[in-house]
Amino acid sequence: MEELLEILSEVKPGVDFETEKELVDSGILDSMTIIQLVARLTDEYDIEITPMELVPENFNSAEAIYAMIQRLED
Amino acid sequence: MKIFTDYFDRSVESYPDKTAVCDETHGLTYAQLSSLARKTAAALISCGRKRSAAAVYMDKTPECAAAMLGVVYSGNFYVVIDSKMPAERIRLIFDVVKPFAVITNSDLAEKLSETSFDGKVLTQDEINETEADDQAILSVRAEMTSSDPMYCLFTSGSTGVPKGTIVTHANVVSYTDWFIKTFGIDSSTVFGSQTPFYFSMSVTDLYSALRTGAELAIIPKKFFAFPIKLVQYMNEKMVNTIYWVPSALCIAANMDLFRYAKPEHLTQVLFAGEVMPTKQLNYWIGHFPDCRFANLFGPTETTDICTYYVVNRSFDDGQPLPIGVPCDNCRISVIGADGKECAPGQEGELYAGGPFVAAGYYNNPVKTAEAFVQNPLNSAYPEIVYKTGDIVKYNELGELIYCGRKDFQIKHMGYRIELGEIENAACAQEGVLSCACIYNGGTDRIILIYEGKTSEEELLAQLRARVPEYMLPAKLVKLGTMPHNSNGKIDRALLKANYKDQ
Repeated sequence: MEELLEILSEVKPGVDFETEKELVDSGILDSMTIIQLVARLTDEYDIEITPMELVPENFNSAEAIYAMIQRLED
Repeated sequence: MKIFTDYFDRSVESYPDKTAVCDETHGLTYAQLSSLARKTAAALISCGRKRSAAAVYMDKTPECAAAMLGVVYSGNFYVVIDSKMPAERIRLIFDVVKPFAVITNSDLAEKLSETSFDGKVLTQDEINETEADDQAILSVRAEMTSSDPMYCLFTSGSTGVPKGTIVTHANVVSYTDWFIKTFGIDSSTVFGSQTPFYFSMSVTDLYSALRTGAELAIIPKKFFAFPIKLVQYMNEKMVNTIYWVPSALCIAANMDLFRYAKPEHLTQVLFAGEVMPTKQLNYWIGHFPDCRFANLFGPTETTDICTYYVVNRSFDDGQPLPIGVPCDNCRISVIGADGKECAPGQEGELYAGGPFVAAGYYNNPVKTAEAFVQNPLNSAYPEIVYKTGDIVKYNELGELIYCGRKDFQIKHMGYRIELGEIENAACAQEGVLSCACIYNGGTDRIILIYEGKTSEEELLAQLRARVPEYMLPAKLVKLGTMPHNSNGKIDRALLKANYKDQ
């Protein structure tokens, strides 16, 4: 989780990712940032994030992103 | 000749209850769009200004389209301001066009105070409460001509004093004449609109739609990160025609989207604004073999487009796509350094003439005189053509091929090099999703920046096999993702700034 928080703050500095639960719905992460983030996650965790995983629910909080990564790593 | 709103009025009469513009949350019918635009016009006409600028400072919504039309009905011209634009840049644009009014919503009105704008601020709420005044619109209309400005469009990403192109009613009418006829736009067309209203490409789908009773479905920007939702939205709206920047088309191709979801109603896929890599185009064609694909080409200064190519044969990955032939009513000349017309195969600068050519830059006679010039091939009478700064040539089929920007053509180790050629070669490699080449004149180094799986060493080896030694980049930079500007295109200005010291 810590590694993920680090990546998140690199991709989008100045956001409290531990508490924020509406990263997508409130517009904190825009489409370009999400595309950037997906590329980083694919690289760092060596996972394949297919279009099926690219839904707002998977990106609204650090927890949701983390859960997605764990699911894809299995 | 008629002005644009004459054509729009006709659509309103024929299709009052049909949706004109919609987004994810709601839509406006032709009658509603017209009514809202007429209320806006009434509020503006009371300011007593003519042929002056009014800014539209709103997100891309159906109401934003109504505000733009409202300015046009009032006998003035509009300037759309990106709601995400920094206040300082807005101030620079306002310094050039000096808007007498800004139409906005209450959320954005606050940010407006940072721009030191002191004219009339008209919010959506105020417009809703205004009574339309058809008599006033008729009086304004009686004094308007088709050579009046309809809007002023500022090109994005540039530095220094912003340049605003003045586009007239006649420009938009003659340009959409061509587009509607060529691509068979009618009341059954539903556009899936990707580009922002402050970008010339949006003129094409918005105004072609409003002239024909078609529908413009605004695609929320966030859907390009959530492609399954994008496809669902397109299917729900029954989008059959798209006109996007290639970077947006590449997002779908690079993630193999159509293996998971596919737009069901697409019949036309059109693109412009940057070079479409053939590898990703081939992916689209493979999934939509019955669609018409077309590469459109042109600057804001010719309203949007001056040449086009309807894809009629197959291309290998990395083989450049032609930009085709002149649009109807467009005169194209390819002129060499000697000031004479180029022979086929010979590279020269593209000049465009005819009724699509805009009036010039607002409040900028120097830049206007540099780019809107007397046709060098005509010394007999005054004829203004636009000097595009694009280097092109004719191929053996008589099609125009884009070679690069004039300011993109470099001299390196004594050779004249088109950076675009290096990009084409790199983009054709399987592990490369997108790329851009920049040149640092100070250090005389070519830098290739790319996104993809291939390592720098591998890509350099692959390039060695495809381009001559003198064209090999001195440095390759692999990025997680390429930066894009607010139009959706690769942000070359940013890349250049970031790598200028390397």
